Amino acid sequence: MENKKDCVTLDHGSGGLAARELVQEVFLSRLNNSRLAPLEDSAVLPAVKGRLAFTTDSYVVDPLFFPGGDIGALAVNGTVNDLAMRGAVPLALSLGLIIEEGLPLEVLERVVDSIAAAAETAGVDVVTGDTKVVHRGAADKLFINTSGIGSIVEGVEISPGQVRPGDGIILSGTMADHGITVLAEREDLGFGGQLRSDTFALNHVVAALVEHFPGGIHALRDPTRGGVATTLCEIAVVSGSSMEIWEERVPLNRPVAVACEILGIDPFFLANEGKCLLFVDPAVEGEILKALYRHPGGKQASLIGRVTDGEAGRVVLHTAVAGQRLMTPLTGDPLPRIC
Amino acid sequence: MCLAIPMRVLEVRGTGGDMLEPPLAVVEAEGVRREVRLDIVDRLPVVGDYVIVHAGFALHSLDEQQARENLDLLAMMAAGGNETR
Amino acid sequence: MKHVDEYRDRKLVKSLAFRLTGQVKRPLRFMEVCGTHTMNIFRFGLRSLFPADLEVVSGPGCPVCVTDSADIDVCIAAAENENVVIATFGDLVRVPGSRGSLAESRARGARVEIVYSPIDALELARAHKDKLVVFVGIGFETTVPTVAAAVAQAARLRMDNFCVLSLHKVMPPVFARLLAGNHQLDGLLCPGHVATIVGRRAFEPLALDYGLPCVIGGFEPVDIMQALVQLAELAARREAKVVNAYPRAVAEDGNSSAWRLVTDIFQPVDAQWRGLGTIKSSGLAIRDVYAAFDARRRLDFETETPAPPSTGCRCGDVICGRCRPVDCGHFGGSCTPGHPLGPCMVSSEGSCAAFYRYGEH
Repeated sequence: MENKKDCVTLDHGSGGLAARELVQEVFLSRLNNSRLAPLEDSAVLPAVKGRLAFTTDSYVVDPLFFPGGDIGALAVNGTVNDLAMRGAVPLALSLGLIIEEGLPLEVLERVVDSIAAAAETAGVDVVTGDTKVVHRGAADKLFINTSGIGSIVEGVEISPGQVRPGDGIILSGTMADHGITVLAEREDLGFGGQLRSDTFALNHVVAALVEHFPGGIHALRDPTRGGVATTLCEIAVVSGSSMEIWEERVPLNRPVAVACEILGIDPFFLANEGKCLLFVDPAVEGEILKALYRHPGGKQASLIGRVTDGEAGRVVLHTAVAGQRLMTPLTGDPLPRIC
Repeated sequence: MCLAIPMRVLEVRGTGGDMLEPPLAVVEAEGVRREVRLDIVDRLPVVGDYVIVHAGFALHSLDEQQARENLDLLAMMAAGGNETR
Repeated sequence: MKHVDEYRDRKLVKSLAFRLTGQVKRPLRFMEVCGTHTMNIFRFGLRSLFPADLEVVSGPGCPVCVTDSADIDVCIAAAENENVVIATFGDLVRVPGSRGSLAESRARGARVEIVYSPIDALELARAHKDKLVVFVGIGFETTVPTVAAAVAQAARLRMDNFCVLSLHKVMPPVFARLLAGNHQLDGLLCPGHVATIVGRRAFEPLALDYGLPCVIGGFEPVDIMQALVQLAELAARREAKVVNAYPRAVAEDGNSSAWRLVTDIFQPVDAQWRGLGTIKSSGLAIRDVYAAFDARRRLDFETETPAPPSTGCRCGDVICGRCRPVDCGHFGGSCTPGHPLGPCMVSSEGSCAAFYRYGEH
């Protein structure tokens, strides 16, 4: 029988004494900052010049912990990255948790430690939060929602609408690491420790690039669910452009490649949580690559393709054996095959 | 329906006929490890051999010599030097 | 990856493509009968390297594609039993029967677990002694020995909560159906890992009885291109024999001990193939002596008449190479991977899904 004190209970979500204790002991002790500490109904932020970016995402990953990260790191980095993909500097995050009754407190503390560490690395504060506890079975251990506000410097326009024929397509690092790692963990495939999630906050590297190459970055997108293929296809459709991708320029860690071969899953469809696709002015693509190499988040960046003047929405892959095929987006979950 | 990949044998266990310890090999490719069963393999592999793995079982132990010959033959064919025997 | 990378050598593929183009001097139609061949031809973009006069059609080599709707219904009926846990390869989870798929059953509360090996299903049974684990056995000759081994182990351990719902099929009888009469084929690309089990010699009756050039091919780009070059050479001479183009993995008589295990556990039965109807002795059922491990005997399935296929679904024709995916009126419109009408679109290696995902549409 679990010691009630070691687990999250319904009382912790009720708004009473137990709830306040939980917020103090688990959250404030780790996320302390002047905007969060008063625990007001709303955090108030100073006025900002220019446009605001605003994003939200929910995190329901199973398992909660995996090599390279956990749900907490994902929840911060994912939302920070969504802001960064519009060229926004993150200003503040909200943190909402839905906890299943019975979750060990030790698990919650580990997750919040992770959130604190990721927020510090990204240089952003969690300024407001909420915790709810639901009956056993009403949620799968822990669900997290984070929303983020960021500010966009005047004159910065980063969106698929800016993509032009001739633009270089850069992938900031190796593909499919997160997706294959989580799948292997969840299914207990025992691949032996070679796989690691790539969860990472891209805002610093993006801010540096946006500053040094004004107007040079046309669009950014982090290829999360659905993978690189789905993201490329979506941008091709939304921007009305055509693309060519060269498979052998796409960085892929060897263990990830092997794990995908074993399971019969295409790495182009697996999620990435610390990478982005950059659509850039060809005049500065070389310099952008060099700048990426100097940054921890971009050491394996590669020019993987080019936007071309062709049929809108069409993405052609030049395969590693010099064949050609169309890339299409993922439909449904990527299921492993055996037959 | 033949999804299978060649992996290198690191360890062989359970070939002593003990019912409770089935015959298996620990195999790896590029550092990714798997445990595969040896119940249906044609020739029991030794450490260092490559086996073709399907659905958690080794189907076939590769013969290095033959694999090399296969590759040489291919290269020759590609160069246009050989007819089908 | 050793024994893989060498067979993905770009220069070698290019040379073979050049040879293939030189070798194809008249319109030729070959059939491949393996989902992994279909998948890899598309995945590596090999079609773009074929000469215009070469057509490679997809035959009934996808075990999921050929699984009849009624058989899916049986799986779903089993899944809906409270005491049952279904263990299945991922391939089958979204295939629709007449009342939905296993994925939809799972959404309604049935226990459906994806496994990567029949041994995983055994482990599941050991971990859940209060449930009956039903492993859905799909696959042809490459996969059947692995399932036979799992049943053999279950028998040795006297397990009482593990059984197999055998939907397994074997290939030779379906060729008889496809190739009888005036077949339009100039050659057959034979599945390499089926041949690993049954051997090169097992394909000889095909060549002899139907006057068909046959080449057993591996699955990497170099393997496939080389096999096609050899097939084109045989076709040019109209020479009906079986050539082993995958000697590193295929022996003359295959893996006889693996096949012996299969015949110990299974016996031939008639089987329903989607789009083709009943084919005699083309299925495998668990022998009486292993009845305790036969899901059909552990559970009570009412034999229902199979539901008629969706109006206009041409899976049967696509499987037999009588039409291409694009020739089916539903393709890309009312039938897509997101909402599939038949298995050819559901299975990631089905002709229609592969074409949709990797090809032109």
